Amino acid sequence: MNKQTYDEIAETLYTEKLDNGLTVFLLPKPEMAKTYGIFTTNYGSIDQTFVPIGQTEKITVPEGIAHFLEHKLFEKEDHDVFADFGKQGASANAFTSFTKTAYLFSATNHIEKNVETLINFVQDPYFSEQSVEKEKGIIGQEIKMYDDQPDWQSFMGTIKAMFKNHPINIDIAGTVESISKITKDDLYTCYYTFYHPENMTLFIAGNFNPEQMMNLIKINQASKEFKKMEEINRNLPDEPKEVAMKEHQIKMPVSVPKCTVGIKESSKELSGEEFLKKDLLQNMIVDYYFSKGGSFYQKLYQEKLIDDSFYFETTLDKNYGYTLIGSNSDNPELFSKKVKELLLSTRNETIKEEDFNRMKKKKIGRLLRSMNSLEFMANKYTHYYISKVDLFDIIPTVQALKLDEANQFLNEWIEEERLAVCTISSK
Amino acid sequence: MQDITEKRLNENDIELHFIQSNKYKTINIVAKLKAPLERETITKRALLPYILKQGTKSYPTRKELQLKLDDLYGAILSVDGGKKGENHILTFRLELANPKFIPEETSIIKEGIALLSEFIFHSNSNNNAFDETVFDREKETLKQKMSAIQDDKMQYANMRLIDEMCQDEPYSLHVHGYEEDLNSLTSEDLYSYYQSLLQDNQMDIYVLGDFNEEEIKSEMITSMNRGSVNVLDRQEVTKKEITEPKEIIEKQNVQQAKLHIGYRTNTYFKDEDYYALQVFNGIFGAFPSSKLFINVREKNSLAYYASSRMESHKGLLFVFSGIAPEDFEKARDIIREQLTAMRNGDFTETNLSETKELICNQMLETMDHPQGLIELLYQQVVGEKTIDPDEIISQIKSVTKEQVIQVAQKIEEDTVYLLTSGGGQENE
Repeated sequence: MNKQTYDEIAETLYTEKLDNGLTVFLLPKPEMAKTYGIFTTNYGSIDQTFVPIGQTEKITVPEGIAHFLEHKLFEKEDHDVFADFGKQGASANAFTSFTKTAYLFSATNHIEKNVETLINFVQDPYFSEQSVEKEKGIIGQEIKMYDDQPDWQSFMGTIKAMFKNHPINIDIAGTVESISKITKDDLYTCYYTFYHPENMTLFIAGNFNPEQMMNLIKINQASKEFKKMEEINRNLPDEPKEVAMKEHQIKMPVSVPKCTVGIKESSKELSGEEFLKKDLLQNMIVDYYFSKGGSFYQKLYQEKLIDDSFYFETTLDKNYGYTLIGSNSDNPELFSKKVKELLLSTRNETIKEEDFNRMKKKKIGRLLRSMNSLEFMANKYTHYYISKVDLFDIIPTVQALKLDEANQFLNEWIEEERLAVCTISSK
Repeated sequence: MQDITEKRLNENDIELHFIQSNKYKTINIVAKLKAPLERETITKRALLPYILKQGTKSYPTRKELQLKLDDLYGAILSVDGGKKGENHILTFRLELANPKFIPEETSIIKEGIALLSEFIFHSNSNNNAFDETVFDREKETLKQKMSAIQDDKMQYANMRLIDEMCQDEPYSLHVHGYEEDLNSLTSEDLYSYYQSLLQDNQMDIYVLGDFNEEEIKSEMITSMNRGSVNVLDRQEVTKKEITEPKEIIEKQNVQQAKLHIGYRTNTYFKDEDYYALQVFNGIFGAFPSSKLFINVREKNSLAYYASSRMESHKGLLFVFSGIAPEDFEKARDIIREQLTAMRNGDFTETNLSETKELICNQMLETMDHPQGLIELLYQQVVGEKTIDPDEIISQIKSVTKEQVIQVAQKIEEDTVYLLTSGGGQENE
C-alpha cells in the first residue's frame, strides 16, 4: 500500500493496485462523521461499439444500455440492494455519465459492512428476462421526465449540435424505443466486458482505519475469480473538427426561450500535465470573461441579453471537450450572435499579469472550498486519475501556470467552425 | 468524529454563534434575518437580494464587487430569501478559503468580514434610494424568476398545491413575491424597507471553521453593528381545521403527470413527538427504502419518483410523485393505503430501527457539510427550541413503534393536487 501525504492541503492518500487489477484509493478523514465510497467503471453511454470480452468481432449495443445496466445492478434474485444499504444505515446511489458508471454510498456507521455490500453487489450481477422487462417501464418514465425538462433538452440539444459522430451525442438514458430492444444477454455482455476489476477504481474517503480497510478489500477480492482481461477495444468513430450543426432549434413549451452557445474543444486525447493545463486554462479563461466580474458578462448584462439563469461550464474528458455558455433570453438570436462575437474577439485579446494572478487566486480558493466535500474529492480524483492527473497536485500546478501559456491558449482557443448554437422556444 | 459545540453571545443586538471545526478548508460566516411572512413585505424581500448583489458602498458595481471577491481567493458572497414556517429569512453567506492553507496570506479573514458587513449594512445607494438602473433591471430579473416556475413542473406543482392547501394562510405566500406588487414598488420604498429590516428583523450570525476565536470575535463585534434596534414581535403559527379534503386537477401540455398531496401533521418542531414524526416520515416516504418508493415505484412501476418531505415549523407533510397520466387514481389510492398502513402500525420493528439509523446517518452527514450544519442549528432558532445535536440523535433512537402510530393518527390529508396532460394541444 502506497502512502502519499500532501502537506499543503493536509491530506493523506493510500493507494494500491490489487492482483486482479482493481485500483483502490483510501482517504482517511477521521474528523468527519461520514464515509463515502464510490466504485467506478470506466464505462459510460459513449461505449456503444466494442469487442466483447473473449470475442473478436465488434458489436453495437442499444442506446442507453450503460444506464439501464446501472439500474439493474441494484436488483438481485431475492433482494434489493437499496434495502441492504438501508438496513446498514447507509444511503446508496449511482449515476451514469458519458464516460463512467459509478455506484456509491455514504454512511456514518457499519462502514466495513457497507464497503463490502458496495463491492459485492456491483460484482454480482443478476439479470432476468422478467426484471429487464419491468425496468423498461421505470426507465421509460425517467426518459419522459427528461423530455419535460427544458434545461436537459437544452444541454443535450447543444451536445448534438456540436458532435456529429461521437456517441456523446446520444442520450445517456437512450430513448423509449432503443431501450425496448435491450435483452438480458446484452446486459451480461456489457457487464463482463466493462465491469472487470482492471477497468474499475474504488475510492473510499472518510472516517475509517486505512490498514484495516485495505485488508478487508484485499480479502474480499482474493476470494473472487475473474477472467483474464485484455485491453478493451472500444470503437470511436472519427470526429470532425467542426460542429455538426451551427444552429439547432428545439420546440417545446417554455415561458422564456433558452439559448446555449457550445464551443467544441478539440477531441485529441491528452493525458498528464497536458490534460490538466488544458483543463485548467479552458476553465479559468471562460470564468475570466463570463463570471460576474468578467467583461463579457458585463456586456451581455448591460445589453439585457441575459438574466439570472446565465451559466457557463467547461468539460474536458479523455476524448472530447466542450464549453457551454447559456441563458434564458427574450432575444436568443441576439444573445447567441453577441456571445459568438465576443468569443471570436479573444483571438486578439491579451490577459494582463495582474488579472492572471487574480484568476489563479480564485482557482486556488475554489479548489480548497470544493475539498470540503468527500464526494468531490473521491469523484474528481477518480475522474482525473483516468487521464493520469493527481487531483491533490492541482494547486501547485495552478501556482506554476505562466501568463504566456494562458495568452497562447486564449489566442488559439476560438474558431468559428467550432461554435454551435441551440435554442429552445415555444414558437 | 468531532463534537459540535456552539458558543453563543449577544452583541449589538445580534446573536453571534461560534462553532469551531477542523473539518473544512474554508471559513463560513452566515447571517440570518428573520421576519414574519406577510403579503405587505414578501415582494420587497424577494427583490432585495437581487439588488444587494449588485454592489456595496465601496464596491458599487457588480464587477468591482466580484473582482474583490476573486482577489480574496475566490471568496463566495451571496444573499437569498426563503420561507421557514410562517417566517421569511434573508440569508447572507460568506465563504472564505482558510488562510491556514495559503501561507503567504494573512488578511483574508479581516477583509472578508469587513466586506460582509458592508454587504449587509451598506448597500450601494444615493439619496435614500437604490440606483434606478439597477433597480429596474433587477425587477425584470425577479419577474423572469416568477415566470420561470412554469418551466419546472415539479416546483410548479408544489407551489400550486400550497396555494390551494394553505389559501388565506401566510404560508401560501409566494417566495418570489407578486408581479402586481412589484410593478408599483419604487426604489425609495424598497430602500426604506431595507433600512427598517436592518433594525427590526431578528439577526443571527454564525461563524464556522478552524479559526482563532478571540481574533474573529473582536472583528465581528467591531464590524457588525446595526444601530438602534426594535425587533418585531414573533407570530403564532396559523392553524386550520380541515372540513373535507380537496382534490384539484389542472391540465397542461406535459408528458408526465405530477401527483402531489399535502397533509397537516399537527406536530411541530417544538413538540415532544416531533422526533416520532421524523421517524414516521422516514418509514413513510423519505428514503428509497420507504413505503412510498417501494409500493408506488418498485412494486407497481407507477412512478419514477415518489417521496415525502415534511415542513417542521408549519406542521405540513408533502408527498411528491411523477406518474403516467392514466395512473392517477391507482397511484393516489396506493399512496393513501400507505398512510393507512402507517396508522395501523403495519411496519416492523426492523423497519423502525433501520429508519432511525437512516435518519441519524442523514443528520450526521448534514453536520459534515458547513451550510448543512448552520441550517440545522438555525432550525432551532426558528423553532424556538434549543437542543444539542447529540440529544436529537438520542431522542430519535428512543422513538417507539407506538409513538410513530400515534403521530400517524394525527396526520390529516388536506389536498390532492394533480398536474396532468391535456392542456395546450388537446390529445384526447
